[in-house]
Amino acid sequence: MAHAANGVWVVLQQREGRLHRMSREAIAAGGRLAGVIGGRAEAVLLGSGMGELAREVAGLDVAAVHVADAPALAGYTPGAYVGALAPAIRQAAPAYVVFPHTYQTVDYLARLAQETGSALLPEVTGFDETPEGLLWRRPVLGGKLHSKVRVKGGGTVLVSVQSGAFQAGGTAAAPAAGSAEVRALPGELSTLRPDREILEVEEVAGAVDLTKAEVIVAVGRGIGGPDKLGPVHELAKALGAEIGASRPVIDNEWLPRDRQIGSSGQTVAPKLYLALGISGAIQHTVGMKGSGTVVAVNKDPNAPIFNLADYGIVADVHELIPALTAAVKAAKAT
Amino acid sequence: MRIAVCIKQVPDTEARLRVGKDGRWIAEEDLPFRINESDEYALEEGLTLAEARGGEVVVFSLGPERVKEALRKALALGAARAVHLRDEAFLGGDALATGKALAKAIAREGFDLVLTGSQSDDVGYGGTGSVVAGHLGWPHAWLVMGVEIEDGGTVKVKREMESGLNEIFRTRLPAVLEIQAGINHPRYASLKGIMQAKKKPLDEVGPGDLGLDPAEVGAAGSRLEIVSVAFPETGAGAQRIEAPPAEAARILVEKLQQEARVL
Ligand SMILES: Cc1cc2nc3c(=O)[nH]c(=O)nc-3n(C[C@H](O)[C@H](O)[C@H](O)COP(=O)(O)OP(=O)(O)OC[C@H]3O[C@@H](n4cnc5c(N)ncnc54)[C@H](O)[C@@H]3O)c2cc1C
Ligand SMILES: Nc1ncnc2c1ncn2[C@@H]1O[C@H](COP(=O)(O)O)[C@@H](O)[C@H]1O
Repeated sequence: MAHAANGVWVVLQQREGRLHRMSREAIAAGGRLAGVIGGRAEAVLLGSGMGELAREVAGLDVAAVHVADAPALAGYTPGAYVGALAPAIRQAAPAYVVFPHTYQTVDYLARLAQETGSALLPEVTGFDETPEGLLWRRPVLGGKLHSKVRVKGGGTVLVSVQSGAFQAGGTAAAPAAGSAEVRALPGELSTLRPDREILEVEEVAGAVDLTKAEVIVAVGRGIGGPDKLGPVHELAKALGAEIGASRPVIDNEWLPRDRQIGSSGQTVAPKLYLALGISGAIQHTVGMKGSGTVVAVNKDPNAPIFNLADYGIVADVHELIPALTAAVKAAKAT
Repeated sequence: MRIAVCIKQVPDTEARLRVGKDGRWIAEEDLPFRINESDEYALEEGLTLAEARGGEVVVFSLGPERVKEALRKALALGAARAVHLRDEAFLGGDALATGKALAKAIAREGFDLVLTGSQSDDVGYGGTGSVVAGHLGWPHAWLVMGVEIEDGGTVKVKREMESGLNEIFRTRLPAVLEIQAGINHPRYASLKGIMQAKKKPLDEVGPGDLGLDPAEVGAAGSRLEIVSVAFPETGAGAQRIEAPPAEAARILVEKLQQEARVL
């Protein structure tokens, strides 16, 4: 492959000296990519006072750790991050730069692509080697379909990898893990300018803690409206369950924000999770895939939630919910 | 305050989707289309800001002829004017190509603020607004859940982070803010608004009007090419319970008790 020479970089995400969990998945993706084009992936770390974390990263499956360590990088801003990464990418011209597909990455990735003249390939869930080169997989239409995408033209490709797509530590044995060389990322860091004045981080107010619930009845847009929630409450009562919801239910104020489950909401792992009228977009499933048993009820037999569920019923939620409440009550009565 | 809002028209995914004949995209004949969800919130935010501070909203959309329907709807909701980037050459672009074309159209007029959605519900690159900002040389923010215009040319922005956290920061104006769904309550069009929309200006522009070579925009100007789309393989998938509702419910409860042992 033409670009093999310049290798694969993996830009890790950290906050207060701790790696974001998806950083390790990005390393796994970078490792697989490097396996295809030759060589080993190298890590890139941005922040302030990164000495200890850099040594920790040197113990992971990477050939080198490039560190941009500057006060301007103490907190994340797109101005300083793009300012630090763009010159280094232009100079080293890696074939691929891999990022975890986090909200922070998406916030600056497109600008970095533009600054560096790179291709922008967000939210990939995998890739296949074909005679015509790599074909990348990414979800489209809210995850209802998957697309296969080809990158045209040469130069660097910026790739962000979706949560759960590449298993951390699941790649082939690391030949020399633990001995990666730590170096400074090339470029002038003294002129970096944050383009945001960070004022505070607030917690979305909420009283409901769904993380300890043993049973959750979760409703999605398919429930149809706030006036349709009565039977849902009855089912939850019969099951002794908490009620959770997908984002559109919250955005439309059918239920309060502290019931949201997913990447922007709570991450739950009950013994039993009922997904009623939820399609199963990744931003929802990252928040509930650790559940023990998942039941999906959806009128669309192709809904992606059925791929993750243990039990699936193709039905109208408005018919099924009262029937289920009756069946639960009947079972408990015996 | 002059505000530009970018709205994309996308297939209504509630509709039954089919893969098109060439396998590269879904069949669009007979599909209902709608304004992208987060763009509806962006438009509402723009209209509210313009009403509160004086000024107007101009909506921009890139797409085929059908896109006029989305623009007319935005006019009915209260936008003052619409600009349709309409040319075969614009179609099929990735975030870099589409963002460039939108930026050129926006740059022809003076704006204090550009609002976009945070992600399109079809291709979902999550980057088009940022690319617009890059071309304009303005700051930007993605997943915006709060906008507070301040005196002195700055704006306080609330940005959604993961796991129920928001970051609040200040940046300078003009800026591009990529609005997240849920920030406000989009209004409904009134009959009066719909009538007025018919008289509001809706201009068409092509690459030439924007000083762009057709080869730099759309599919030709993109680095990504969608080769195929498919429904996800059902793999192991769920154990399906096929029965009328009452019977299905009874079987499910039995399985949850005896097989899964969670009840
Ligand atoms: C940055 C970002 C963050 C996000 N964070 C979150 C998050 O934290 N949590 C979250 O949930 N989402 C989040 N989302 C949104 C996510 O991408 C999806 O849009 C959302 O999860 C879809 O919710 P849904 O499944 O309820 O709605 P839809 O995708 O509209 O699905 C509705 C489903 O209901 C079914 N249905 C309709 N009527 C019936 C009926 N009568 N009976 C049975 N089934 C019916 C339909 O077949 C469909 O499958 C986020 C998106 C972005 C871009
Ligand atoms: N063709 C288009 N016309 C107008 N706005 C667009 C178009 N494509 C993308 N956008 C805007 O950019 C945002 C992000 O889109 P995307 O980068 O495709 O996820 C959308 O929410 C829209 O506001």
